[in-house]
Amino acid sequence: METVKERGVLNCQVGLPTPGFYALAEDGTWSGMDVDLCRAVSAAIFGDPDQVEYQSVTSAVRFTSLANAESDMLSRTTTWTAVRDTQLGLDFTTVNFYDGQGFLVPADSGITSALELDGGVICVLTGTTTELNLADYFRANGMSFTPVTNENVNVLVETYLGGGCDAYTNDKSGLAARRSAFPDPNGHTLLPETVSKEPLGPVVRQGDDAWANLVRWVVFGIINAEELGVSSENVDEMTSSADPNIARLLGSEGNIGEGLGVSPTFMVDVIKAVGNYGEIYEKHIGENTPIGIPREGTLNALWTEGGIIYAPPFR
Amino acid sequence: MAVIHNPDPSDSKQRGVTRLFYDARIRSIFIQAITLALVLGFLGWLTLNTMTNLAARNLSAGFDFLDVSAGFGIGFTLIPYQESDTYLRVFFVGIMNTLLVAAVSIVLATVFGLIVGLARLSNNWIIATLSRSYIELIRNTPLLLQIIAWFFGVFVLLPRPRQSVELGEAFFLNNRGFYMPAAVPEPGFGVVTATFLACIVGTIALAIWARRRRDRTGRHFPAFFTGFGAIIVLPLGVHLALGSPLGWELPELKGLNFTGGVSVPPSFCALIVALSAYTSCFIAEIVRSGIQSVSKGQLEAAGALNLPANWTLRRVVLPQALRVIIPPLISQYLNVTKNSSLAIAIGFPDLVSVWMNTSLNQSGRAIPIVAMTMAFYCLVSISVSLVMNYYNARAQIKER
Repeated sequence: METVKERGVLNCQVGLPTPGFYALAEDGTWSGMDVDLCRAVSAAIFGDPDQVEYQSVTSAVRFTSLANAESDMLSRTTTWTAVRDTQLGLDFTTVNFYDGQGFLVPADSGITSALELDGGVICVLTGTTTELNLADYFRANGMSFTPVTNENVNVLVETYLGGGCDAYTNDKSGLAARRSAFPDPNGHTLLPETVSKEPLGPVVRQGDDAWANLVRWVVFGIINAEELGVSSENVDEMTSSADPNIARLLGSEGNIGEGLGVSPTFMVDVIKAVGNYGEIYEKHIGENTPIGIPREGTLNALWTEGGIIYAPPFR
Repeated sequence: MAVIHNPDPSDSKQRGVTRLFYDARIRSIFIQAITLALVLGFLGWLTLNTMTNLAARNLSAGFDFLDVSAGFGIGFTLIPYQESDTYLRVFFVGIMNTLLVAAVSIVLATVFGLIVGLARLSNNWIIATLSRSYIELIRNTPLLLQIIAWFFGVFVLLPRPRQSVELGEAFFLNNRGFYMPAAVPEPGFGVVTATFLACIVGTIALAIWARRRRDRTGRHFPAFFTGFGAIIVLPLGVHLALGSPLGWELPELKGLNFTGGVSVPPSFCALIVALSAYTSCFIAEIVRSGIQSVSKGQLEAAGALNLPANWTLRRVVLPQALRVIIPPLISQYLNVTKNSSLAIAIGFPDLVSVWMNTSLNQSGRAIPIVAMTMAFYCLVSISVSLVMNYYNARAQIKER
């Protein structure tokens, strides 16, 4: 925390460019759902969302890079698992997206279920939970497969598009995001099966509890903001709201920021910069984007609307 | 009267110390001891520092993860492997794949290199220019680029399994790999194998006998060709006499892909082609320089003795050329072994790919895994180097 403040810049690790989550524009700026989390943390610390140095790293070396303190935090569709949380010197803060693994196949292959993939060649990113789930799923169903692996997602997608494998497997959100960037998105079908649970969220290095608290409560803050109806548009009016929940969230009442080592009104800066959870979702991966992952009725809806996006109260 | 100099005791002691200082042998032992202490101290500090820092970052070290089940699939294995096998098994799968790539590439690169190197010396302008262009084109572009170009430019663009390129209904080439029939030994095939091994032993014995006889009587016996013929003809005869006790399992299209037979993935093909082509250029140049190093006078002398052409090559040119060829050839063989680690770029599951990348990532044990990988490459390189150096020592001039 102190190191980041002194440096004046947040080193935030994202993955190789992926539409919706961490996309790289032609002018070199990053955008996306996970990028907005980096910006939110930067806004909470510095009051400015752009004090971020983005580090784009392959999934194979992401944890080493974080454990070696090259990155301050990791915000990149990373699945929370027991081994990662306990044996790699990492600390998973919370979940900001509930995902599951699926399969993408060419539409003209005629495959309609993952159970028809027996004997198939499957493209999979190496060093991921996806790789392990794939093996588990085929084993559990008594099917065989041949993996084609690579650590570079772009090489893998090229191999899939070139016909080098029968199916490409990844988290469903990732598949939808990738498909949106294909030359012919409609030529590929997402199979209905979801073969795993993939709770994704930001990760920090183990042993710095104050820093983990800050990242965790920034995520909780933007979820609470959506629940309380605070958005980037109305945040200024909301600072004078009579609702004590909103007043505590925005720092007009109480001093939650103090315990986190940031200004009392840090959530005002965060919401001004990136908006609340719903705004971030709709802006980057919602139904009106090319990625188009519906939110309603899924796990990623707010708990008040049938999902499991739920944050402890600001109190 | 002789003047007896009575040395002052303190002076003598000082001279003793000074003498120690100026004694080359003692000085060198002293310096070596200090160097050894410094090196050991540095290594000790390195180990201690690593352990402290690992503990400080809550990272687990140690080799206990080796018996844990790996849980991921591997696309191409020489030894049986399934997802529930341990990390240690993954290590061996990786080693076998790396050794296979290295061995196949070394054989192909040597054969191609020899052909291209000889073609480069040809008097035929077209052949010489063609081989020269081949060498200059391939050895002047980066190997990684070539591997990726072969993979994406050729092997991924091959037709899909249903439209495979067929060769006599036994060999299939498509964008999932190259499929060959698998040999299935039937009862009686052991006799054929035994005959084959016996012929090899017999040929070696024949060669030793022929050399002794030549040294004794000066008469030549064509042991090489006799033995070579026997190794091919005798087992083949036994094989046919026993009614061909070897079955062939043909690959066939079942469901999405071919099953049965032996197959290698496209990444393997791309890797082998790129590695062999790249290394063959260097070997070609080594062969050319070796042959050109044999002075013209040697050829003229052989001609003056009226030696037949193949004797000139085998008994005059090659023994002298090999002395020049072998040392750089050793380096090339070592390079192939190490360059095979570029397989990771196209996802062929070699040691670096399955072990230092996938396993490292899934288990998070960076230090033991990197150490084991380095130890393997070091061991292989040193072994190749020792064998080739032994051969080199034998091929050198014996006069010294």
